[in-house]
Amino acid sequence: MDSLLAEQEVRPCAVLTLRWLARHAGIERGLCAVVENESARLVGLTGLGLSLSSVDAFSLELNDRMHPLVVALAASEPVSFPGAGPAGPSEPNAGQGMRQPLDTPLGAEPFVAVPLAGPGESGDIGPGLLLLAGMDAAVEEDVRWAAEVLGARLQSLWFKRSQVDERRYKREQSWLFGVINAVTDPILLTDSEGRILVANGSAEMLLTADDQKSEGRRRAVALNNMLFSASIFTSSSGGGPTRHELLLVDPTEGQDLLFEVMSTPVKIRVGETGTVSVLRNVTDLRRATDEIEENYRRLRIAEAETRAERDRLDLILNSALDPILVTDPSGNIVLMNPPAERMFTVDQDGKSAEAERRVRANDAVFTSFMSGLYASQSLRWRGELSLIDPKTGATVPVEAISGKVLSKHGEDTAVVTILHDLTEAVEKQHLYEQVKRHSEELREKVREATAELAEQNELLRRQAFQLEQASAAKSQFLANVSHELRTPLNAIIGYTHLLLEGVSGELNRPQTEKLGRMESNARHLLSIINDLLDLARIESGKMPVQLERVVLQELIDEVMTEVEPLIDGTKLSVTRNISPEVPEIHTDRQKVKQIVLNLLSNALKFTPHGSVSIRLDYEPGKEWISVAVADTGIGISEDNQKTIFEAFQQADSSYARRTGGTGLGLTICRRLASILDGQITLVSKLGEGSTFTLVLPRQSRAS
Amino acid sequence: MSDPQQTDSTDPASPLVLVVDDVAHGREIFAEYLEFRGFRVATAADGLEALDKAFELLPDIILMDLSLPQLDGWEATKRLKGDDRTRTIPIIALTAHALASAHDKAMAAGCDSVVTKPCIPRDLEAEVRRQLAARSERS
Repeated sequence: MDSLLAEQEVRPCAVLTLRWLARHAGIERGLCAVVENESARLVGLTGLGLSLSSVDAFSLELNDRMHPLVVALAASEPVSFPGAGPAGPSEPNAGQGMRQPLDTPLGAEPFVAVPLAGPGESGDIGPGLLLLAGMDAAVEEDVRWAAEVLGARLQSLWFKRSQVDERRYKREQSWLFGVINAVTDPILLTDSEGRILVANGSAEMLLTADDQKSEGRRRAVALNNMLFSASIFTSSSGGGPTRHELLLVDPTEGQDLLFEVMSTPVKIRVGETGTVSVLRNVTDLRRATDEIEENYRRLRIAEAETRAERDRLDLILNSALDPILVTDPSGNIVLMNPPAERMFTVDQDGKSAEAERRVRANDAVFTSFMSGLYASQSLRWRGELSLIDPKTGATVPVEAISGKVLSKHGEDTAVVTILHDLTEAVEKQHLYEQVKRHSEELREKVREATAELAEQNELLRRQAFQLEQASAAKSQFLANVSHELRTPLNAIIGYTHLLLEGVSGELNRPQTEKLGRMESNARHLLSIINDLLDLARIESGKMPVQLERVVLQELIDEVMTEVEPLIDGTKLSVTRNISPEVPEIHTDRQKVKQIVLNLLSNALKFTPHGSVSIRLDYEPGKEWISVAVADTGIGISEDNQKTIFEAFQQADSSYARRTGGTGLGLTICRRLASILDGQITLVSKLGEGSTFTLVLPRQSRAS
Repeated sequence: MSDPQQTDSTDPASPLVLVVDDVAHGREIFAEYLEFRGFRVATAADGLEALDKAFELLPDIILMDLSLPQLDGWEATKRLKGDDRTRTIPIIALTAHALASAHDKAMAAGCDSVVTKPCIPRDLEAEVRRQLAARSERS
């Protein structure tokens, strides 16, 4: 144990002690744990027969005062721990209530905890604890002695070292602060909560401000702290150093400052990692970079604009059909478009002595024109030149227009000349004259045609007017004729009647018969006159129409009553067939009655035997109603069906004479039907009978 | 001859008919027939004469032709119907005009009915009797 006193370091002392115990007290395995004041823990220092890592891992909170080992540390006697094995506790008074083995590198083995005695007052805990397994009870005194020696030695070593350390620590700390304060970049150490542990002067400038500082500065500092903490938390994801940008505020100047922050994690104490952040001010660097980028961008744009401008100019020049030349103030051609090149340069393909001569001639003409411009002092110059096409030798008359291009200071910089080919203009003029002449001719023809058309229109208008007048005259004439015919007819009918009535005395039988024939012919003549008058009125459009609600069933009844005398004279079977619920229609009652009466009279007249039927049909929902009159009479041949509705067309004229028809009835019927927006159709077969059908709209629009 | 309506045309109680027509045979036919049928008959050949006769004789009924010289039938009718002495005398227009417009004009002038010529004298007599009956019903 003498060597223990020679040893100046803590750990070797502990190693020597454990080895001595192994030799003298038969200890198989043991651990020396010491109190670490800064962290208030009991930590493993060295071991005997134990792995290094298990020794390092041993750590115990001294604040946990109820812990058996903490209790053992404060005890003055060694304390036995029975372990978790099948062997019963050797010291029943110790480790009471222990059910679980204590977490020590010795595991489940029974051991004795021996406190290292210190020279301090009793009740104070010693500098450490020996945990010894396999100890022989007989050598307990030796163990106590070794623990006392080691405890005293450790205490003395720590005291000495703490004084030395304190001095060195302070010196080194001042060096360190000198170093980090000398760095102009802000440097900080923060704990895991983001609290600042160490900061150099530059960092303090940014992140700290006492109450004496201005309100604005304190607020800027608070803002910076917030920004900085946030940046640390977001960047401290990985284990290695990170780099990020951080925008802070200069608390004194108020400007924005851009920092590049280099964060490195460091271990600040057991189980806690802090962060060292070095902030580099890159505000100026960034501004400079931005400026360079902006300048570069502007340069690129300007370059592109220039190129586009140049391209546009080229495009304009090259797409111009007229030759364009640009000359410098000395008269040298500096720029030509393709049409100009054709006149003033020799084409490589058509190179010939002749072509070269012609180009020279053109050059001469152009130069002499330009000298006129320079001599004139004016800005624009115009002239007509006669050039020669270098390829063909043809003379090309051109109009040349030159304009001086002046610099800002009014100096001539260039002359732009445009040559306009007059050959084309001459041709165009010619063509224009031709087109104009043709157009004049065309216009003249159109005018003539229009005049002719107008004349014809006028003629037609006059004719229409004359026709209208003629039609009116005809109507008036017919009315007059009717009146003039009626007056003598009145005399004939009247006198005949007087005679037949015996006003002038009794008549014999042959006289009565003959007067009777005279009267019936006079009546026939009267009905012809009446029909003609009707027809005339229809054709002149003067037939008045009176629309009203008409119940066709009633109308047919009336007609049937009127033809009863006709039916009585025959043996015909006459039937009515009226479909139920035929609606009222809106039409001219008198005219419909005239039509139906006419059709029914005709059927009765032209049917020697058999039957005549009248049928009223209506299909619900339809807009049309039909009245059909069918007979089993003589019928009408196909040829006659085509003309039956024309005036004075009777299928059998001899029959008509017998029956007293005028030959105008159907014509009038069809016209009347048409006036009422209806129509009459005919189905017939010669010898078998006819069916005339009057179709009328429910609502006549006639006015 | 056996007609029950026939009366003696010389009987002052028989109705007096004024026949107005500018055409002689027109007057003659109806006058002769109506006398034959027992009426008393007076005639006039133009509108003015018709007015004179009407105011002078105050006939029971007037047959008025419309197309008349001096004063036409429409105008004559208007004057007769506008005068208190002749207002109630029925006037039958007797015309060869067949157009509805002529008829309407006659009715508008005040005629009691219109008969179109030619007409059978017997039919005319029937109309005369109908108008007389209508008048006696009114009075």
